[in-house]
Amino acid sequence: MTPDLIYGATGIAVFAIGLIGALCAQDRLRRVLALKLCSVGAGFILVVGAWRIPPADPDPVPHALVITGIVVMVSATAVALALIRRLHTLEAEDDD
Amino acid sequence: MTIDPITLAVFVPLFGAIAAFVFPRAAVWLGLGAVLATCATVLGLAREVLAAGEVVTPLGGWAPPLGISLRADGLSVAMLGMSAIVGLLVSFGALDALRDLRQRQYFWPLWLLLLTGMNGVYLSTDIFNLYVMIEVIALAAVGLTVLSGTKDAVRAGLEYMYASILGALLFLMGVGFVYLQLGRLDFAGLIAAEPSGALSAALALMVIGLLLKTALFPLHFWLPAAHANATAPASALLSGLVVKAALYIFLRLTTYMPLPDEILVTLIGALGAGAVLWGGVQALRAERLKLLVAWSTVTQIGLIFLAFARAGQVGLTESWKAAALLILAHGVAKSAMFLAAGRIKDEVGHDRIADLDKSDIRPTLAQFTFALAAISLIGLPPSLGFIGKWSLMEGAMAAGYWHWVAVTMIGTLMSVAYFSRVFAGFLRFDRMRGELAEHKGWALADIAPLTLAVAAISLGLMAAPILSFIELGYPFGELP
Amino acid sequence: MTETPFLPLIILLTSLLAAPVLFALPERAARLRTGINLGVAALKLVLVGWLSWKVGQGVIYDISFEVLPGLEFKLQADPLAILFVSLSALLWLITTVYSVGYLESGPHRARFFGFFSLCVSATVGVAMAGNLFTFLIFYELLTLATYPLVIHRGTAESLRAGRIYLIYTLAGGLVLLLGTLALWVLAGTTDFSPGGVLEAVVAENRLAAQMLFVVLVGAVGVKAALVPLHAWLPIAMVAPAPVSALLHAVAVVKAGAFGIMRVVYEVFGIETAQALGMTAPLAALAGITIIYGSLKAITQDDIKKRLAYSTVSQVSYITLGVALASPIAAVGALAHLIHQGLMKITMFMVAGNLAEGLGVKKVSEMDGVGRRMPGTMLAFSAAALAMIGLPPLAGFVSKWYLAQGGLDAGAVWVIALLLGSSLLNALYFLPMLQRAWFRDPTDADAPPKQRIGWMLAAPPITTALMVLAVGGFANAPFSPLEWTRFVVAIEYQE
Repeated sequence: MTPDLIYGATGIAVFAIGLIGALCAQDRLRRVLALKLCSVGAGFILVVGAWRIPPADPDPVPHALVITGIVVMVSATAVALALIRRLHTLEAEDDD
Repeated sequence: MTIDPITLAVFVPLFGAIAAFVFPRAAVWLGLGAVLATCATVLGLAREVLAAGEVVTPLGGWAPPLGISLRADGLSVAMLGMSAIVGLLVSFGALDALRDLRQRQYFWPLWLLLLTGMNGVYLSTDIFNLYVMIEVIALAAVGLTVLSGTKDAVRAGLEYMYASILGALLFLMGVGFVYLQLGRLDFAGLIAAEPSGALSAALALMVIGLLLKTALFPLHFWLPAAHANATAPASALLSGLVVKAALYIFLRLTTYMPLPDEILVTLIGALGAGAVLWGGVQALRAERLKLLVAWSTVTQIGLIFLAFARAGQVGLTESWKAAALLILAHGVAKSAMFLAAGRIKDEVGHDRIADLDKSDIRPTLAQFTFALAAISLIGLPPSLGFIGKWSLMEGAMAAGYWHWVAVTMIGTLMSVAYFSRVFAGFLRFDRMRGELAEHKGWALADIAPLTLAVAAISLGLMAAPILSFIELGYPFGELP
Repeated sequence: MTETPFLPLIILLTSLLAAPVLFALPERAARLRTGINLGVAALKLVLVGWLSWKVGQGVIYDISFEVLPGLEFKLQADPLAILFVSLSALLWLITTVYSVGYLESGPHRARFFGFFSLCVSATVGVAMAGNLFTFLIFYELLTLATYPLVIHRGTAESLRAGRIYLIYTLAGGLVLLLGTLALWVLAGTTDFSPGGVLEAVVAENRLAAQMLFVVLVGAVGVKAALVPLHAWLPIAMVAPAPVSALLHAVAVVKAGAFGIMRVVYEVFGIETAQALGMTAPLAALAGITIIYGSLKAITQDDIKKRLAYSTVSQVSYITLGVALASPIAAVGALAHLIHQGLMKITMFMVAGNLAEGLGVKKVSEMDGVGRRMPGTMLAFSAAALAMIGLPPLAGFVSKWYLAQGGLDAGAVWVIALLLGSSLLNALYFLPMLQRAWFRDPTDADAPPKQRIGWMLAAPPITTALMVLAVGGFANAPFSPLEWTRFVVAIEYQE
C-alpha cells in the first residue's frame, strides 16, 4: 500500500463517519462536530492530490486549497456555534 | 491593470458589504448604492458579452491553473442580470419591510455578501472557486434567515446551516476526487477529461451536494421552515435567487460532464416529479401564507429538474431552454410573491390563510401583486412561467416522454388549487369584522413587488430575445 | 393588401390600457369612471367599424412577433374575426351602460370595471388571434378576467360557484395547452388558415389527428358548454346580471363556440375534419346538448337558471351548424353567433331589471310583471319569441339556415331536432310570457320596489330592437347574415 492510498482511504473513512454523524446525531453541537469531521476528510483527499513519489516536490496547489477550505470551515463553525447559543438563550427565555 | 466590469461584478458588492458593515448608520444608503452600482456593472458586462460573445479575465493577471479566471457568457450574464435586478427591487422593498434598527443594519452587509457569492458563482471557471462561493452564499443566506431573530427563524436557520454546509462539503469531497483524477479543477479540464468511474463518483458527490443546497425533493426538508420564517425581503432573496446558484452549477457541471447513464437522468426527473406532487400536497395543507409560498418553491424546483430530465443522455443542448426560462421565471415571480406576502402580513397583522377574509383591511395592491405572481407560477399565459412550461412540455412531448407531460399538468392543477385558497381569502367579503376602508393598505412599498410581478407576466412575450441572449458564448457547447 | 397593421393592436389596447386606470380610480370618482368606460367603449366601436369597413374591402390585417423560435404571437383581422369583434364591441358598449346603472351604489366598482375591461380585451384577442397559440393566451386571460366578475358579490355561494367555474375553465385551458402543443409538435405550426394545416399529418397518422381533434374540441367545448362539460354555466349565474349577460352573450360561451369554429375550419379544415370522421359525432353531441339544455330549462323556476340552461342549448346550434359540414348550415351557425348574443343579452338584462325593480327572481313570481314593467317585458317578449323561432325574427333566420343545411348535408334528423327544440323553447318561454302578460299581479297594489333608471331600461330595449332588425332585414347589405355568407365563402374556399 502506498502512502497516498492509505491517506486517501482514511480521508474517505473520516468523511463517512462525519456524514453519518451529521445525518443521525440529535444534539446540535454533535452535528457541528460531525460536519467538522467531514471537512477534515475532504481535506485529506485534497492533500493526497498533492503527494508525489518522494524525490519529486509535492504539488503546492492542493495545500493552498486545503488552507482556504479550513478558513471557510472555521467561519462556518463560528456562525453555527453563534446560532446554537442564540437558540439556547431564546429557548431558555421561553421556559421562564 | 485596468478594472473591467467582470471583476467589478464581484468586488463592488464585496466592498459594499464591508462598507455597510463598518458604517452601520449609513448601511442603507451604502447598500442601495452598491446594489445600483452592481446593476450598472452587470449592464456594462452585458454589453461586452453582446459584442464579443464571451468575456474571460484572469484575476490579477494570473492565468489558470494557478490563478483564478472569471468568464462571462450569455447564461452567466442572464443569471447576474436576474440577481441584480430582482435584488435591486427587493432592496427597495426592504426599505419599508425592515423597520427594526438591528435588522436594517445587518440586512445590507449580509445581502451584499450574498450577492458577492452569487456573482462569484456565475463567473467562476473552476470548481474549487465554486466551493468557496457556495460557502459564502451559505453563510450570508443563513444570516438572512435568522435576521428576524424569532425562535422559529433561528431554529430553521440552524437546520438550513447544517444542510448547507453538508451540501458544500459533499461538493468539496467531489472536488478532491476530481483533483486526484485530473490534477486540475478548471472547466476546460473537465470538458477535456475522458469519462471514468472515479470521475462519475466525483460528479455524483458534487451533484448530491448541489441537490441538497437547491432543495430537490427529498432533500428539501430544510427549505419550507427557513423560507417561511425569514423576513419578507430575505425570503424573497432566498427563494428567488439563492436556490438558483446551486441550480446553475448543476446546469454547468452536467453540461461539461454529462451524466453517465440515462437512468440517472430519469432518476433526477423522478425526484422532480416527487417534488411537484409532494410540494403541491403540502401547499394545499399549509395554514400560513408564507409557508404555502415556500412549498410552492419546492414544487417549482421540481419542475426545473423535470426540464433537465427530458435532456436524455445527449446532454442539455435541447433542454436548457426550458430550464433557463423556468429559473428566470421563478426568480422574478417568487421574489414578487414573497414581498407581496410580507406586505399582506404587515397590513393584515397575520398571515393565516383561513382568516384573511375576516380582516376589514384589504391591501389590494399587494393582493393583486400576489395574484399576478401566482399566474406566472401556475404557468398561465402570457407569463414567463407559461413560456417555460410550454418549452418543457414541448420537449417532453417531442421526445415521447408523456409521463413528464402528465406530471407537469397535474402540478399545474395542484398549483391552481392551492393558490385559489388564497384568492378566496382575498375576495370573500361576507365574513368581515368591520367596514371596508377604500384603498387602505396601499403603500409605496407595493411598487417594488408589483414591478417584479408585472415583469414576470410580460417577460413571457420576450422569451425569444432572452433565449438568444443566453446562447451567446455557447454556454452549452457548440450549437448546431 | 396590408395597411396600418397596427389597427387590430390598437383595438386590443384601447380596453387593455383602460383597465389599470379603472383599477386605480377611487370608488367615489363615479363620473370619471363612467366617462372613461363609455368613452373607451365608444372609441372601440368606432375603430371596429373602421376595421370592418376595411376588411370588407378585402384588406387583411396581420401583425406578429416571435415569442419563442418559430412560435409567433399573431393578431389577424380576417372576416371571421370581424364577425366576433363587432359583436363584442357593440354589446360591450351596451352592457357598459347597463352595468353603470346596475352597480350605481354597489361596492368594488373600480375592481369590477377594471376586470370588465380586461374581459372585453380578452374577447377581442380571442377573436383576432391569428394562430392557436395566441388564441390560447387570450382564452386563458378571459378565464382570469371573468373569475373576479363571477365572484363579484364576495359571498360564500359566489366563491363556491367561482371555484367550480375556475376548475372547469382552467382544466379546459390546460387541455387546450396540451392540444396546442401537440399541434405545434405534429404540424410545426399553429396558424389558422382556411382549409387547415393538418393535411400532411392526417395522411401520416390518422389516429393522432383524430385524438388531436377530440382534445382541441373538448378543450374549447368546456367554455362552449357542450354536454357533459356544461355544469359550470348554470352555477356561474350567481354573478351580477351584467356579468351573466356578458358571459352568455359575448364573452365566455361565445369564445368557446368561436374556438370550435377556428379549430374545425382553420386548424383541421372542414374537409379534413369530415374525412377524419369527426364531424358526425360532434353534430350528434351538439344535438344532444340542444335537447338536454332545453329539457333542463323547462324544470327551472329561477329565471337566471332557466336562461342559463337555455344558453347551453342555444349555443350548441352554432356547434351543430359547424359540424354539419354544409356551407348553408355554416351560414346559420355564424349568424346564430350574432343572433343568440343579441337575444340572450336582452333576456339577462331583463332578468336583472326584474330583480332590481320588482325583486322578482323566479318564474313563479312573474305574474303580471308585464303590466308593471311594460317596456322591459316587451323587450323580453321579442327576444323570447325570436329564440323560439317565430318568423321573421332573428332566431328563425338561424334555424332556417340550419335546417336547410341539414337537408343539404343529408341529415334529415336535423329537421326533427330543430322542430323539437323549438317546441321545447316554446314550452319554457311561453309560460313566462303568459304569466307576465295575462295574469294579474299577485299583489298588484305593491309599487315597484325601486325605480329603474334609463341606464337599466334602455339597453335591453335597444338590443331587442336589434333582434327585430337582424331578423327583419336579414338580407340587407351589411347585415350579419350577409357578412356570414362572405365568411363561409372563405372557409369553404369557394
